[in-house]
Amino acid sequence: MIHISKRGDFNRFKGDKAWLNRYAGFGVSLIIRLIALLLSLVVSGVLIYSITKLNPVDVYAEMANGVFGTSRRLWVWLRDLALLLTVAVGLAPAFKMRFWNIGAEGQILVGALATSACMIYLGSSGISNTLLLIIMGVSSMAAGALWGIFPAVFKAKWNTNETLFTLMMNYIAIQLTSFFVPMWEHPKGSNTVGVINADTQMGWFPSIAGNQYLLNLLIAVVITIAIFLYLKRSKHGYEIAVVGQSENTARYAAMNVKRIVVRTMTLSGAVCGLAGFLAVAGADHTVSTATAGGRGFVAIIVAWLARFNTITMVIISAMLVFLNKGAIAIASKFNLSNDVSDIIQGIILFFILGSEFFINYKVKFSGRAKE
Amino acid sequence: METIAQIITLIRTTISFGTVIMYGSLGEIMTEKSGHLNLGVPGIMYMGGIGGLLGAYLYENSVASPVPFVGLLIATLGTLVCSILGGLIYSFLTITLRANQNVTGLTLTIFGSGVANFFGGSLSKLAGGVGQISVASTSSAFRATQHLTDNIPYIDDILFNYGFMVYLVIIIAVIMSRFINRTSRGLNLRAVGEDPATADAAGINVTKYRYFATCTGAAISGLGGLYYVMDYIKGTWANDGNIEALGWLAVALVIFATWKPLRAIWGAYLFGALYWLYNFIPGQSRSMQEIFKMLPYLVTIIVLITVSLRRKKENQPPSALGLSYFREDR
Repeated sequence: MIHISKRGDFNRFKGDKAWLNRYAGFGVSLIIRLIALLLSLVVSGVLIYSITKLNPVDVYAEMANGVFGTSRRLWVWLRDLALLLTVAVGLAPAFKMRFWNIGAEGQILVGALATSACMIYLGSSGISNTLLLIIMGVSSMAAGALWGIFPAVFKAKWNTNETLFTLMMNYIAIQLTSFFVPMWEHPKGSNTVGVINADTQMGWFPSIAGNQYLLNLLIAVVITIAIFLYLKRSKHGYEIAVVGQSENTARYAAMNVKRIVVRTMTLSGAVCGLAGFLAVAGADHTVSTATAGGRGFVAIIVAWLARFNTITMVIISAMLVFLNKGAIAIASKFNLSNDVSDIIQGIILFFILGSEFFINYKVKFSGRAKE
Repeated sequence: METIAQIITLIRTTISFGTVIMYGSLGEIMTEKSGHLNLGVPGIMYMGGIGGLLGAYLYENSVASPVPFVGLLIATLGTLVCSILGGLIYSFLTITLRANQNVTGLTLTIFGSGVANFFGGSLSKLAGGVGQISVASTSSAFRATQHLTDNIPYIDDILFNYGFMVYLVIIIAVIMSRFINRTSRGLNLRAVGEDPATADAAGINVTKYRYFATCTGAAISGLGGLYYVMDYIKGTWANDGNIEALGWLAVALVIFATWKPLRAIWGAYLFGALYWLYNFIPGQSRSMQEIFKMLPYLVTIIVLITVSLRRKKENQPPSALGLSYFREDR
């Protein structure tokens, strides 16, 4: 028979050495995760071999070269990492509150729309680039916040299912983008917005010390640290944790649960909206329905796997962006389609999701299987 | 005369479009009745679509003169195998390993769309051929129509001139509705979705029912992918992300139908009509057309809010929706 029980806190060490338990427990979960990662790489390797007949080790090496090979590639990796991380960090407060914000994709998009609108309509108004960037950042956050407030208010007042509500908001945002693209299209008839302010570079992130994407990285780092402190050290962060654990406890402690839900979702939406600002002003300089590019969904997985720990989010985002970029590199090198990256990403995430079980539960096989 | 022709076209587009999302949505209703929210529906529809296409392609390329009906059987089999495989991945992770359902579902969507677009895009290249993949012979079997009322004007076009899967989905909806509401197994399934601990105490095998519902649901959703590939786009493949958009619309339809299979029938056609309405209102700019396509999602949000406002018992989602069950959790 197989017996499954909850894995409690690690308590092998007693007395003076009890402090070791914390680190041992962390070590156990780390080892389980690494085993899962290794297994998933083996499975993906077998898959790669069966499709392409290429040595998987060569393929993985080619992936690393495709991501880190030149300093430009490295910076593109850092830029995309910054973007994904910002979204994941933005989702963390909502998830910690057990509010399933599936709507990051839409929040990024409306942030990107607000950013582009500022670039298009204010780009030639004669204000300085710094002022324009600030206006763009603020309006992107306002747009994202707005997209987060709707579901939050209904959740707080009438307990409307937030997973499904935020999911629908994504599609409203996508259609809204399709609405603006023909309005802003350039050149006419292309059905794309094209590079905005290509001649003046108004509203583009400036290069800092010769690095085009340094500002993206700096913003992401600042946001990550700020949210980390907000969740760990502030009164708001504490309230979020209590609401997430038990709404009744929060109410008993005289917390205004409705206000906390709406406030947290406003923040979460605003940070996701800011990610749209990073995507448009810091990377693409254009907007389309593909601007969010599924990052809103991938970030959900990142935030969940990291258990709201912002440092772990950095590691997981780095890995996923590496996979994505690497798979695109091998796809072009070996003449495959880019979708290989989604397959590998899916396999790895399946394994890591499955490994959570072995972190949370103990499985015992007892000897007497039959009576 | 022209307006009548236009109305008929609208009805026909609506019904074909509605059929795709009805399959997806019926499968998801089955799954959600057991208390599992599977956000992998788009992924499963992708896998079902590519499974059918793959089966038909391999068959048509291995024999000199393919028989359409055999192609149809093989394609259906391929769809069922692939979509149930997707359902099994999801159920193993969420039911046996108790992984988070939202995250697992989203991963399944990423995985399924990756698998489908990879094989759909490079299948002919991998097999050494050139150009777009096409399974004309099998697709013709899916699109074969019966002209029952040829002599009556319009009726034939509106009611009978479709491939068989348009009717199959309605039969599935009726059978599912009877199964869920009128049989003891259906009652057990609902019990599992409402309160698994109570169902468990009453001697119902929660795990078995959840696996059954998720895998059957995946098979039905997968048929939506098959219909899309074989009938809607006539036996080809397009890497345009359409199946994913339709899959999310199917998830929306589950809410719109308030978890009732029969309501999904007219809901699906209503969604189709709303989505294609812009084609039939003259003088729209391209921008305004996109606003019209927003309607199904807006309507779903309104239904979602109304359902939560009115708190009518029979319209609520299954109460254990989204939660894993572990007997020793108290």
